[in-house]
Amino acid sequence: MKKVSRSSLDACFAAIAASQKLYLPVADGEKKRGAKYAPWFEGAVYSTAVNTVRSAKDFFFPQVEKMTRFKMDGKQIEVEDIRKENEDFVIFGVRACDAASFAILDSVYLSDPVDSFYQNRREHGLIMTMACGKPTETCFCSVFGIDAAEPAGDISCWMTEDTVYMQANTEKGEALLASLPMLEDAADDAAEETKAAIRQVLDKLPLKDLSTDAFGGDKLMKLFDSDKWNSLSEACLACGTCTFVCPTCQCYDIRDYDTGHGIERFRCWDSCMYSDFTLCAHGNTRTTQMQRFRQRFMHKLVYYPSNNNGTFGCVGCGRCLKSCPISMNIVKVMKTLGEGNE
Amino acid sequence: MQDTMMKRASELLADGTVVRVLGWKNGEFVYDPTPAVFDSAEALAQDFVYHDFCGSNLSKYLIELSRLEGKTLVFLKPCDSYSLNQLLTEHRIDREKVYIIGIPCDGKLDPDTVRSSAEGILSAVTEGDSVQVETMYGNVTLNKADCLLERCTVCKSHKVVVFDEMLGENGTVNPDSNRFDMVEKLEAMTPEERYEFWRGELSRCIRCNACRNVCPACSCEQCVFDSPTSGVSQKAAADSFEENMFHIIRAFHVAGRCTDCGECSRVCPQHIPLHLLNRKFIKDINTYYGEYQAGAEAGSRAPLVNFTMDDCEPNVIYKGGSK
Repeated sequence: MKKVSRSSLDACFAAIAASQKLYLPVADGEKKRGAKYAPWFEGAVYSTAVNTVRSAKDFFFPQVEKMTRFKMDGKQIEVEDIRKENEDFVIFGVRACDAASFAILDSVYLSDPVDSFYQNRREHGLIMTMACGKPTETCFCSVFGIDAAEPAGDISCWMTEDTVYMQANTEKGEALLASLPMLEDAADDAAEETKAAIRQVLDKLPLKDLSTDAFGGDKLMKLFDSDKWNSLSEACLACGTCTFVCPTCQCYDIRDYDTGHGIERFRCWDSCMYSDFTLCAHGNTRTTQMQRFRQRFMHKLVYYPSNNNGTFGCVGCGRCLKSCPISMNIVKVMKTLGEGNE
Repeated sequence: MQDTMMKRASELLADGTVVRVLGWKNGEFVYDPTPAVFDSAEALAQDFVYHDFCGSNLSKYLIELSRLEGKTLVFLKPCDSYSLNQLLTEHRIDREKVYIIGIPCDGKLDPDTVRSSAEGILSAVTEGDSVQVETMYGNVTLNKADCLLERCTVCKSHKVVVFDEMLGENGTVNPDSNRFDMVEKLEAMTPEERYEFWRGELSRCIRCNACRNVCPACSCEQCVFDSPTSGVSQKAAADSFEENMFHIIRAFHVAGRCTDCGECSRVCPQHIPLHLLNRKFIKDINTYYGEYQAGAEAGSRAPLVNFTMDDCEPNVIYKGGSK
């Protein structure tokens, strides 16, 4: 394990940023706007906010990305492959929940057929996680077996009043830490006290006892046919907020854009809450908002675990709890459906 | 107030005046009630809440609910009542199917603001001018005035403008709301500064459509931007310019109909001050066509869809200068 004093953290950032792009959470203007990931710059202040408003999935699965370009000349169509090798980059300050979300995205995008856009970003990205010093009431990662005191990633970090401890978990992480001269050696158990303090707080979180017993791949029909979906979804505005701030929502649409000189094919985030989601030639498979709403939660709590050895498609980051315009979210859904169904 | 509301709602359900009640349902935390429909006194007793975090505007839900069999009781705050009037003007709600109880409002709290000053919230109670927040990390006392939704800091009216009955005393219009102060600041900027301001704000948009979907003035059955056959359907912008255009087009579309209920800015997950676009239109309409408040009365002809001999010449507006 390595360590660096908090006063030298900026020097550490500067050293990383000298060789590659470094992103870190910073305050996003006025206080209520929370934090966002931004490229490091001289004088950037690392935000210790419990989480960024947008998730870290943006780095690997951006909202919009160009896929290919077509040029037409009479009956000839030229297809241009515009993929290019990404540059190496580091994301600092990823929380345990978001770090766990990458495994979920990987299971979709890195399984056959591999998504080369996503894969390329993953290969060039290095993730430095930060244990959660001050988890908040909307946090419930432990419900999905995630330990906020022991975040994954290439390098895990812990922060105390005056020191940041760093532990490399991969060769890539090892190499980065070795390249930073301001780091000092620390005892392997140097962060244990911090971890214990974090776990004490985690144990007090109001949502820590949220039960997943009523969910999983084997509960499909019972949950699908529940009459509770109507009241759960009645106030849903059919916006895409929950899906877009969610670190594990991974659906996209592919669209063509007429540039006037040809066609640019791009993909962009899609939301199962939208009326034209999975629109087919015959029409739409889900014609009511209740069905669309149900799809989102069934995917996270039933379909995904059914296809992935029981792993749920939620990491308990709590973003949907904070951002939903009408305050309907996965916790309320789980509590309502779970009642009497354990 | 909550108990009075529940009691009255139960009475109206019992005597058959209404068959359902639109209100707010208790949330997981103190700050996250959800709009909900209640069909019995038992359901009300179980979950109905009304407190300082019940900021959401219920009016738009009545488009759907007023199509159902029987009357719906709705509780409207002053802001929400302007939206309802506007929807009545646009024939989107059947007035006969709605029973309106007006409720006074002295400002609603912004959960994002409260959360940003008090992490790990376990409970929060308003006491006079302060908000007492109990958190996992200790107790915090906040000034209520510092925690209000933006629209409440510049409240245009405490008056419920349409109701069948009022609970409590009705308020009055506040002519000195200062709600155009920020618009004036933007107007005073150079075009370059203003462009930078809006590019900075609008580039933050994640195109979740929450602003549009919550907006009572955006009541099209299908938005042109969602229609695959419209030719302008967008799920994301192909470039940043398009993103700006979405919000500007939307502001034009609701110009003269926007009541300034502030829901767009309340729901934006990226905290873009979208209300400023709408307020610019409201301010300009006031300047060029005389004071007009959308939703102040049902059935009024908005200046932009009306013609009078006193209307200013279009080129006056085109120049953007004084008359």
